[in-house]
Amino acid sequence: MNRYRIPGRGRVDHDAPVSFTFDGKSYQGLRGDTVASALLANGVHLMGRSFKYHRPRGAVTAGSEEPNALIGTSRGPGRFEPNTRATMQELRQGLVTESQNKWPRLSFDIGAVNDRAYMLFSAGFYYKTFMWPRSFWDKVYEPFIRAAAGLGKSPSEEDPDTYASRYLHTDVLVVGAGPAGIAAAHSAALAGARVVLVDENSEMGGSILSDPSVRVDKAGSWTWLASRLAELRALGVRMMTRTTAIGYYHQNMVALCERLTDHLDDLPQDAPRERMWRVRAQQVILAQGALEKPLVFDGNDRPGVMLAGAAQTYLNRYGVRVGDNVAVLTSHDSAWYAAFDLADAGSRIAAIIDTRDDLRADLANAAATRGIRVLKGHTATGTKGRLRIASVRVNPVAGGRVGKPAKIACDALLMSGGWTPSLHLFSHTKGSLAWDADSKTFLPDHKTEACQIAGAGRGLWGYEAALVDGNAAGMAAVKAMGLTISEGRFEVEGDRPGTGSSQKELPTDRSAGKAKAFVDFQNDVTAKDLRLAVREGMRSIEHVKRYTTNGMATDQGKMSNINGLMIAADALGKEPPQVGLTTFRPPYTPTSFGAFAGYMRGETFQLTRKTPIDGWAEAHGAAFEPVAQWRRAWYFPQPGEDMHAAVARECRATRASVGIFDASTLGKIEVAGPDAVEFMNRMYTNPWTKLGIGRCRYGLLLGEDGFIRDDGVIGRMSPDLFHVTTTTGGAARVLNMMEDYLQTEWPDLNVWLTSTTEQWATIALNGPNARKVLEPLVDGLDLSGAAFPHMSVAECSVAGLPARLFRLSFTGELGFEINVPARHGLTLWNALMESGKAYDICPYGTETMHVLRAEKGYIIVGQDTDGTVTPQDAGLTWAIGKKKPDFVGKRSLERPDLVTSGRKQLVGLLTEDGSKLEEGAQIVLDPNQPKPMKMVGHVTSSYDCGTLGYPIAMAVIEGGHDRMGETVHIPMPGGIQRAKITSTVFYDPDGERLKA
Amino acid sequence: MLLINCPYCEETLPELEFAYAGEAHIDRPADPSALTDEEWRDFLFIRTNARGTHFERWRHIGCGRFFNAARDTVSDRFLTTYKAGQPRPDLKEAAE
Ligand SMILES: [Zn+2]
Repeated sequence: MNRYRIPGRGRVDHDAPVSFTFDGKSYQGLRGDTVASALLANGVHLMGRSFKYHRPRGAVTAGSEEPNALIGTSRGPGRFEPNTRATMQELRQGLVTESQNKWPRLSFDIGAVNDRAYMLFSAGFYYKTFMWPRSFWDKVYEPFIRAAAGLGKSPSEEDPDTYASRYLHTDVLVVGAGPAGIAAAHSAALAGARVVLVDENSEMGGSILSDPSVRVDKAGSWTWLASRLAELRALGVRMMTRTTAIGYYHQNMVALCERLTDHLDDLPQDAPRERMWRVRAQQVILAQGALEKPLVFDGNDRPGVMLAGAAQTYLNRYGVRVGDNVAVLTSHDSAWYAAFDLADAGSRIAAIIDTRDDLRADLANAAATRGIRVLKGHTATGTKGRLRIASVRVNPVAGGRVGKPAKIACDALLMSGGWTPSLHLFSHTKGSLAWDADSKTFLPDHKTEACQIAGAGRGLWGYEAALVDGNAAGMAAVKAMGLTISEGRFEVEGDRPGTGSSQKELPTDRSAGKAKAFVDFQNDVTAKDLRLAVREGMRSIEHVKRYTTNGMATDQGKMSNINGLMIAADALGKEPPQVGLTTFRPPYTPTSFGAFAGYMRGETFQLTRKTPIDGWAEAHGAAFEPVAQWRRAWYFPQPGEDMHAAVARECRATRASVGIFDASTLGKIEVAGPDAVEFMNRMYTNPWTKLGIGRCRYGLLLGEDGFIRDDGVIGRMSPDLFHVTTTTGGAARVLNMMEDYLQTEWPDLNVWLTSTTEQWATIALNGPNARKVLEPLVDGLDLSGAAFPHMSVAECSVAGLPARLFRLSFTGELGFEINVPARHGLTLWNALMESGKAYDICPYGTETMHVLRAEKGYIIVGQDTDGTVTPQDAGLTWAIGKKKPDFVGKRSLERPDLVTSGRKQLVGLLTEDGSKLEEGAQIVLDPNQPKPMKMVGHVTSSYDCGTLGYPIAMAVIEGGHDRMGETVHIPMPGGIQRAKITSTVFYDPDGERLKA
Repeated sequence: MLLINCPYCEETLPELEFAYAGEAHIDRPADPSALTDEEWRDFLFIRTNARGTHFERWRHIGCGRFFNAARDTVSDRFLTTYKAGQPRPDLKEAAE
């Protein structure tokens, strides 16, 4: 039996021991424990070291807002999770846990030297301490910051778990299953609404779980809770525990993260670890309750100092006393009940120290009955104890003066600085908050979504108030949907209402500058830091936040925001509402990347499109590269070949005999209808009216701004039908652009646009022997140069398959592109390979395609152009139909900026020493000019193997067309390369080979 | 995630199904060559950048149609959607 466990008490199963380890040592807890409650039952308060000062820390809360007790948990390879809140992690058999931020061990830590160097690490230390000397940066500061940055160790292996995601539509979503949420779900469900009730904890009940002494409707609160939950279930309410509402988005969409397996002893086969729900609700009811605030005083972070409400939870829910001799320091009535419960459970209460002068008579009497010493109008000015609190120093405060200190011995100190309504989700919706001067809290004000806020979340305190308000919120929600229900009634006995006052840091008789009075425990921000930030000129609360990092830790300042605001407001001499609150953002609590990724990981992270010939390429050892979403064969290495050798061979084979290339990824759009030719005239720069049936033409597409957007060969199949091809990556964009103009600018044109990219498999044959390979397979078409010249298209039969056959070339060789229905793509490929055997037909990939086209100076849109290149810049003026009155982008070609001299123009580059240039390398005219040099352009394409025996490159260079023959310089880390500007056509400049 | 009503499908569907397509009611001039450089610049680049009600175009990827919407850029709320080619709606009516 654990030393601090009360037999039979709480909601844990006293007959079900659970073993676990913490920092290598074995402990025993009970089924129903969290790691924190089990450690506390064993008398362990020291659970971690703080982030900046490595100060010893214990659990300060019993919930998801915990800033201190962050641990690493693991269950085998790949399943290590850092920064798990010990207050939320349920115990499971064999759970392995470890503390963080300590070396060599938790009880003795070298990094705690930071604590001695407190002055060095004050507000803005990142900006000040590491400024000089410059030489310290690489060797001293950066390694230090890197070692110190981040909480815990990051996992080093791939996560073997799966994560699910689901959508859910409902009438009413209730967030938080405390008294208000349960009452709201009940009235909404009774009225006939579909209701979802979620809670982040392992069981529903909220504060009721920590208060069994209250009686509701003549039953103990736990009995009432059990029957009410059973009733909700019977009403068909979907009830989800271990489910955190992490974000509240537009139009009542709430994201829920449901944790499914972290609490289980054994992992079920194939069960997802977490499930992300995207819930769309007609009405959302936020019943998230309130978070208790710490008091800010020197040494308020010592292990054993915790929130009073947390101690009450550990006692009543887990049957754990947090100490034998407990002092209570408070400015709110609620902590008195925690003291009474602990006293009644057998702990000694060393004293109740209340900062207020006026105490409630019933509370004072209840304390007197129990023989508890009460100090009113007192402050706390320090704590002692190395790894656990041993005493607290208290002083009376009268008329603003702090009197003589007294020491009170204790092994735990419970504090309460009042409660903050939990309005994070409400803030996600940009709902506005209003400052309530009486309770010194922000309360929800103007709503932007169809939501209700109930209970402690809007500042109401006590069980009856929460139940009544929750009931009303449920009624209001269903009323908005046209449902009605009569008001519920609740009879509450032994209610625990209360009020309190909010504080800045507590007054002290010592130097405030030396006090380590923590506001943000997780980021180690003290009251002194906040005041220093204001002194150093930070005026906005957002600046104070960033300068001090207050509220920027993983808990997003759940405990520290209001305390930080009170202190900053005091330092600024303003009222808190004038200073304002920083913004809360999703997620409400830290959420695993796995939950966000869901199914979108590995192969399903992004769609991979494959052509009908992909399987053949894979079987023949192709190396692949991704192009847009396609997987394309990159090159086909033979045994012993590297990429360089394979590409050189593929280039040679194609130029010498024949190469075969899978071009199926080309975008294809069918432009059809009586006005098709007019539409083409308006969209593309080229003239289309006179393009004969059975002829094709290179088409150039501009944006309205005059810059090149796409290109491709376009065939006229009939008077009213064009077969348009686009770049592989541009297909969807081009169709979208065409649809845009057709639908919104020229709705009078009778044209239909259809994407046919995936309907056609496209195979390119190139090389002097291309015709000889193709001819035996073709039916119904004379392939001779006279009958079917370059830039022809026809419908015919190839290998017995219906085909659209183009004669065109992207290599400069005699070339054909054969389109057949996609399902026949592989059949055609095999037929061509068979027919090509006699000519040593060579399959080639995208790299060889790039080399061959570059040798001919054919551009690739998106590689040799970048969205700021005009047809003139690219040397494509010939593709413009100058007699056309208009086309998309025509007017822009006369824009002053586009006709000015000195624009970057596409040219060829040949290095003097035969070295290869690097794509993206910057070009200068004079390598001896002072730095920073004037860059006049960059290399867009560069290849070192091919037909010519020397590397070639293309580049855009300012005024390049007028600089033919000039030498430019390309400074690289290994030295300056010199290159001569040439034409972009490196091979067969007269195009003789095309005409074969 | 926003919910958007496609005036062609007459369905209210999640934002995932839609793509934004810039400000609405900017007609391409019938004869661009008649425009001065300044007028053409304004057509190409100058936009309202409204704080508050903004008339804009969206495309429903599901049915492929472009349509117009009035959206409040402060609250990010759709006030109404309507078919391409229709005039700006009277938003007092739409609010009711
Ligand atoms: Zn639609």
